[in-house]
Amino acid sequence: MNNPIGALPAEFENTHEGVKILGFWVFLATDVMLFASLFAVYVVYRSRVALGPTPAQIFRLGPVLAETLILLTSSFTVSLSLYAARTSHLKAAIAWLVVTLVLGATFVSLEIHEFVTDVLAGHTWHQSAFLSSFFTLVGTHGSHVTFGIGWAILLTLELAFRGLTVANRRKLFSFALYWHFLDIVWIFLFSVVYLAGVMT
Amino acid sequence: MHSWLIHLIKLLFPPQVLLPDIIGIDIGLTLSALAIVVYLTKTHRWGWLWKEWLTTVDHKRIGIMYIIAALIMLFRGGVDALMLRSQLIVPNAHFMGAQQYDEVFTTHGTVMIFFMAMPFFFGLFNVAVPLMIGARDVAFPRLNAISFWLFAFGAALFNISFSIGGSPSAGWFSYPPYSELQFNPGVGENYYLLALQVSGIGSIATGINFLVTILKLRAPGMTLMKMPLFVWSALVTSTLILFAFPPLTVALGLTMLDRLFGASFFTLGREGMPMMYANLFWIFGHPEVYILIMPAFGIFSEVVPTFSRKPLFGYEAMVISLLAITFLSYGVWVHHFFEMGAGPGVNVFFGLSTMLIAIPTGVKMFNWIFTMWGGRIRLTVPMLWQLGFIPTFVVGGASGVMLAAVAADYQYHNSYFVIAHFHNVIVGGTVFGLLSGLYYWWPKMFGWKLNERQGRWAFAFFFTGFWLTFMPQYFLGFEGMTRRMASYPAGLGWGGLNAMSTIGAFIMGIGFVILVYNIAWSRLHPEWDTTGDPWDGRTLEWSLPSPAPAYNFARIPEVHERDAWWSLKQAGKTDAVKLSPDQVEPIHIPKNTPMPILLAASFFVGSLGMVFSWHWMAILGGLGVVASLAWGSIQDDTDRELDPASVLNTEKRLGRVHP
Repeated sequence: MNNPIGALPAEFENTHEGVKILGFWVFLATDVMLFASLFAVYVVYRSRVALGPTPAQIFRLGPVLAETLILLTSSFTVSLSLYAARTSHLKAAIAWLVVTLVLGATFVSLEIHEFVTDVLAGHTWHQSAFLSSFFTLVGTHGSHVTFGIGWAILLTLELAFRGLTVANRRKLFSFALYWHFLDIVWIFLFSVVYLAGVMT
Repeated sequence: MHSWLIHLIKLLFPPQVLLPDIIGIDIGLTLSALAIVVYLTKTHRWGWLWKEWLTTVDHKRIGIMYIIAALIMLFRGGVDALMLRSQLIVPNAHFMGAQQYDEVFTTHGTVMIFFMAMPFFFGLFNVAVPLMIGARDVAFPRLNAISFWLFAFGAALFNISFSIGGSPSAGWFSYPPYSELQFNPGVGENYYLLALQVSGIGSIATGINFLVTILKLRAPGMTLMKMPLFVWSALVTSTLILFAFPPLTVALGLTMLDRLFGASFFTLGREGMPMMYANLFWIFGHPEVYILIMPAFGIFSEVVPTFSRKPLFGYEAMVISLLAITFLSYGVWVHHFFEMGAGPGVNVFFGLSTMLIAIPTGVKMFNWIFTMWGGRIRLTVPMLWQLGFIPTFVVGGASGVMLAAVAADYQYHNSYFVIAHFHNVIVGGTVFGLLSGLYYWWPKMFGWKLNERQGRWAFAFFFTGFWLTFMPQYFLGFEGMTRRMASYPAGLGWGGLNAMSTIGAFIMGIGFVILVYNIAWSRLHPEWDTTGDPWDGRTLEWSLPSPAPAYNFARIPEVHERDAWWSLKQAGKTDAVKLSPDQVEPIHIPKNTPMPILLAASFFVGSLGMVFSWHWMAILGGLGVVASLAWGSIQDDTDRELDPASVLNTEKRLGRVHP
């Protein structure tokens, strides 16, 4: 069942599934509000360092740049997975999804490594309002990615066992939306938290 | 005894929960729970309860469960209110200690807003919206059940606090630094944070659900500007929820991180900033009060045309004013803390934006009055609540404009004037609206009407009691009585006004008792609604039998006019809603599933673990949540098909098939 170019993808042809995709968009809007609130808190708190370190003292751009590249690449691979699904290549869809979740896991482990390094150096969030808001904002993004990895594992299994059903196509599409969304949030994190942080 | 056991008992039952009145309530609750268990076992109803209610995804049943829960919470919040008023009836009364008084006003506010008003109108949305737009269910029936159960378990979590561990005491908006661990040890505040978080997730899900339902599932021909106004109000309320609740999630979440994990967001030390909480909370909190009032506006916009036999005056203006209020509501939150020193420029901006809201609200008031103008008014109970609402809400709205005047607000702030104002709009607007809607849609829910005579008595007591309770409080505010005083000395001239207010509160209490009696009596002596259209209604829900069958519409109606059912009746074409035997098609309806209740129960277990910092229990609950989500995710087969023969049979039994 190859999709001719220009025809509606299967997940949109079925009204039920199309409605679910709209619902997922609306959910993402609420998540935008969640992150917006956390960003607002962070921007206000960033200079409230108490006796703890300033942003410039603890941020190391090297690993963060690596995280950025990895997450951006994973955003590309999830699109490849979706493309494969649309052209009905099940194995390619699964393979690119696995690549995506491996990249996501690498991202999360780098982030955990960064956090652990800070904590071992004594910079826990007990130290200041700045560190509390930093760990919470970045950690909320990280836990979203972690949740996404769990979702991707489940989705991989569903694709492997049930194939490219309409429901699975819709789930893959929603997952891709979610993953791109996290990518966009990360771009803001990278600029507002890390780039602006090392420049002060 | 082992020392850990003593420690556990001390943790679960601190002195504040061992007061005689609380122990009395505990015994009463335990006995009633036992009685319910015995009754269900004796009548072999456990299976029925599980199959028909606990696992249902039918929006009509979920709506009924919401409303029952909301009425129970109205009782609980009402008892709290009467306790507060009893304490204040005379100067120097010490019926409760200051700590218990603080707990009772905290639970009164929190219960009434989050566990009474919101579930009540979620219930009415569920009951009415899909029927009004010609849909078979909401867009996401299982998510709808998840929302309900998250609310129910959140409410349960909040309500057990007074017998296990102690109630929160930091007020319904729970300002730091008082809500921080340093000043507020014990588990009460944790209950508040977790319970609101759990039910808040459910509220966001409801917002998503109704937004998508209304945008996507309307019957053919029902354009946005042909939707009933109640549907419009559900649409804007859902939008408000979507953008207002995430800041609350953040405010509660950060306080939880402060209390349980030692972060410093709102602490006094380590450069935390309590003001940030006030901003986050009210960015949610002010849209929240419009979340509470919009559904009431929607209900009145249905009730007034029905009982005036006239189309709504100025439909477009009504829609535009709803949208204007929605938009403006995000730009007014600072008026809750003009005194915190944002400076005159900021304060004036927020004062003016607040006053602007009076304009669209005033438009709505005039439109309801013009709808009645020249109409053939029937004074039914829903209409009485609406007539009571108009003067009450005008007074509440006008005092709101007084509060918006920044300079004057320095005088009113935190006084009983504020208490009088917001009860004037929330009780006089939201509660009157909800009760109007309850009487209006009751026959659609159950198939029988509530007795009108008793309903009028309930209204008379509630309405009189309301004015007697809250008008004196404006004057108490002028005379300098601040809110949340556990007691007050004699000789300030407050005694008489407080006594009036307390008497009024008990009269409202009698009104509530009559309402419950009204429901019980009408259940035993039902006045059956055989036509499905007991009020001579105008919108599509009245074209269905009462109660509607599981699939609502055997055939999805086509809409040509704004008041779709009324126009069919005027044209003498009511037979158009009947079926011909050859028109019956198989109908897909969603299957029952235990996933929602299991998910919410896992949230409950996990949250209880967090409240007491029992990490093993929190992890257990978290695993339950993940497992329920994963299990729910792999269930693709969520619908069942009703075969045409059974649909035809049901419709025949209801007399809705052309011979």
